[in-house]
Amino acid sequence: MNEEINVDKVMDLKGLPCPMPILKVTKGIKEIEIGQVIEVLSTDPGSINDFPSWARTRGHEILKTDQNGEVTKFYIKRLV
Amino acid sequence: MNNIEAQIEELKSQIAAIEKKSPSDKISMIVFSGDMDKVLAAFVIATGAVAMGMEVVMFFTFWGTPILRDKNKKAGGKDTMGKMFGAMLPKGTCEVKLSKMNMGGMGTAMMKSLMKKKNVASLEQMIEMAQEFGVQIYVCEMSMDLMGFKREEMIDYSKLSYCGVATFLEQANDSRIQLFI
Repeated sequence: MNEEINVDKVMDLKGLPCPMPILKVTKGIKEIEIGQVIEVLSTDPGSINDFPSWARTRGHEILKTDQNGEVTKFYIKRLV
Repeated sequence: MNNIEAQIEELKSQIAAIEKKSPSDKISMIVFSGDMDKVLAAFVIATGAVAMGMEVVMFFTFWGTPILRDKNKKAGGKDTMGKMFGAMLPKGTCEVKLSKMNMGGMGTAMMKSLMKKKNVASLEQMIEMAQEFGVQIYVCEMSMDLMGFKREEMIDYSKLSYCGVATFLEQANDSRIQLFI
């Protein structure tokens, strides 16, 4: 069984191409507290590489990535 | 003993000098081009860089300058050459063209409708995002003067100012990334 991740905020960014997903999540993550988790849904194929790059650079942690067809789900923990 | 203290002092001042010289997490861009595609790429990189936590400075010069004109604003007091340049150069983002496949404006129109269909942000939206993200824009004073543009015909943008080459070089010297577009 998968461990449940407690999500504090969901951002649906489906249909938005680069660079919007990264710009939106930069704004969105400021709306949760440090230690909380944001769930992001993206259909931009670039997101699969972009979100990890973004998280590494900003110092956040991607807890889990789920790919389901065109939609990729990222669970990102705010660390800073 | 004295010798060691002197050496430590020497090292401290050397470290301070190195720290002063090391570049900031900053990107400096020269936007020389007035082509829609190139300027769009510049704004995508600029806003993306802010999202990555970097400070961003954009310098608009030569053909990049007219992109920052506001189509709804008028400026008086221009000489004949200034009026000519003003009429021939694009009046803001809505009049810029693709660098390739413009085909008398048809290509650009097609690209714009395709961008809309695919939800790709327009140049206008990207400038808005850049403003929201605090991207600093500098406009080359020499280009303004050369093309006869007046400050009152430029777009409303919170962090826009005018400068010369020294301002760019100071910023570029303190940046990890410098781009010429």
